[in-house]
Amino acid sequence: MKHWLIVATGLLAVIAGACSAPPGNPPAANCALRLATTTSTADSGLLAFILPDFEKKFSCKVDVIAVGTGQAIEIGTKGDADVLLVHARAQEDKFVADGHAKERFDVMYNDFILLGPQDDPAKVKGSARAADAFKTIAATQSAFASRGDKSGTNTKELSIWATATITPTKEMAWYNSLGQGMGETLLTSNEKGAYTLADRGTYLSMKDKLPNLIVVVGGTSIQDNKDKDLLNPYGVMAVNPDKHLGVKFEMATKFVQWILSKETQERIGGFGKDKYGQPLFYPNA
Amino acid sequence: MDEIFRGFLHALRFIFSADPALVEIVWLSMRVTGVALFISTLIGVPVGAALGLTRRRARGLIAALLYTGMGLPPVVVGLFVYLMLSRSGPLGMLDWLFTPSAMIAAQIIIAFPLVAGLTMTAVQGVDANLPLQVRALGANRAQEIWTILREARIGVIAAIVAAFGGIVSEVGAVMLVGGNIEGKTRVLTTAIVLNTRTGDFDLAIALGIILLGLAFAANAALLQLQKRGGD
Repeated sequence: MKHWLIVATGLLAVIAGACSAPPGNPPAANCALRLATTTSTADSGLLAFILPDFEKKFSCKVDVIAVGTGQAIEIGTKGDADVLLVHARAQEDKFVADGHAKERFDVMYNDFILLGPQDDPAKVKGSARAADAFKTIAATQSAFASRGDKSGTNTKELSIWATATITPTKEMAWYNSLGQGMGETLLTSNEKGAYTLADRGTYLSMKDKLPNLIVVVGGTSIQDNKDKDLLNPYGVMAVNPDKHLGVKFEMATKFVQWILSKETQERIGGFGKDKYGQPLFYPNA
Repeated sequence: MDEIFRGFLHALRFIFSADPALVEIVWLSMRVTGVALFISTLIGVPVGAALGLTRRRARGLIAALLYTGMGLPPVVVGLFVYLMLSRSGPLGMLDWLFTPSAMIAAQIIIAFPLVAGLTMTAVQGVDANLPLQVRALGANRAQEIWTILREARIGVIAAIVAAFGGIVSEVGAVMLVGGNIEGKTRVLTTAIVLNTRTGDFDLAIALGIILLGLAFAANAALLQLQKRGGD
């Protein structure tokens, strides 16, 4: 009975300790701005690179929730984020039209590229337009991996299929709708030898893990990308406080002004240059 | 295969360097799971015991509901908690979404049916004559339940162990309601998903090994409780 009590008391002590604040952590800042964004801005390291400046200037921590653009916009629609940084123009315009944000601003852009297996079974390497390559991939029934998650990349992919006048369905055995993030989709394509559409930033940051994939449309840099349809613009929006109570509009507006400022824009343009030999994002505010 | 080996080395290096980011993640994992398990036990054991002691007919429906609860997909629990706590949901004024509180709430919903359901089963397994005997010896209702719980302790601890296993490894719900915010709601499981997504497999494996180690330590402590209870 005694041992039993000792162990139980010990467990209780551990749990009670766990309920208190973590050791050595400074008390959380009172101010926290919630940013819902896409995985590409967070996973590429861009946000970790630029955000400390904002947090210092405005003494406000930025809580980053990195999900697909579809989910990020849904989080904003419910008023659960203060500001959005996303890349799916049509969904963004709808967000503003529905009154969830007052305005959308251009922040930066990069481009999408079509990746495929080394041996390029559909022989589409060098196609000027992604839509033409998509047509050939469909005609040769070469494996294609789609994000299938309503992300910005998935939205762009579907619009390219529409341009190619093809509607991918699950009956097409070569078309794989994964319902996964960019990283998982790239890794799957690398393993399965499938074609896939990706943003160049994520591809560059994961390139060493994708030995079986090559760029078949889009070249080695954005200047090399002949298909203007593959541009990938990012927009920023402060969530409308009239529509959602509790949204921190004032700080969100400061965030928007800050990310559009000359100084931040320059930092965005400089990110990744040393590591990848080219910027991952091009500012265009 | 290489990744598993490198992950193992990485895990060792991590543990010995006491990387502050890692300490924070481990601490939050323990805190969220610990609090959720504590509350689930506090409610689940008495509820399970009471159900185990009631007569059969009254128990039927509730038992079926509890067992169904054990099979709840965590993501569905997460989605439910998300919609409840959203600013446009009924509990939005709590402002819990994307905080550890939301993660604890989701884990309680996942753990409670396990604790209550398995406790009920354990109590049912106790010799039916025991309550009669202790009552004959002059015990009151609380003393009676306590004696029965002690008799059923192996099963009760197993219930807590099962619930612990269910929530410490859970990722769908905490990802959804926590948001995997660095330094705030990032726990071991969501960090593993993040590192898998970005292709940092060895880091993901390292975190997985640490998670396993923690689970082993916690289970060893709980089993100690099971063994010593009979003294």
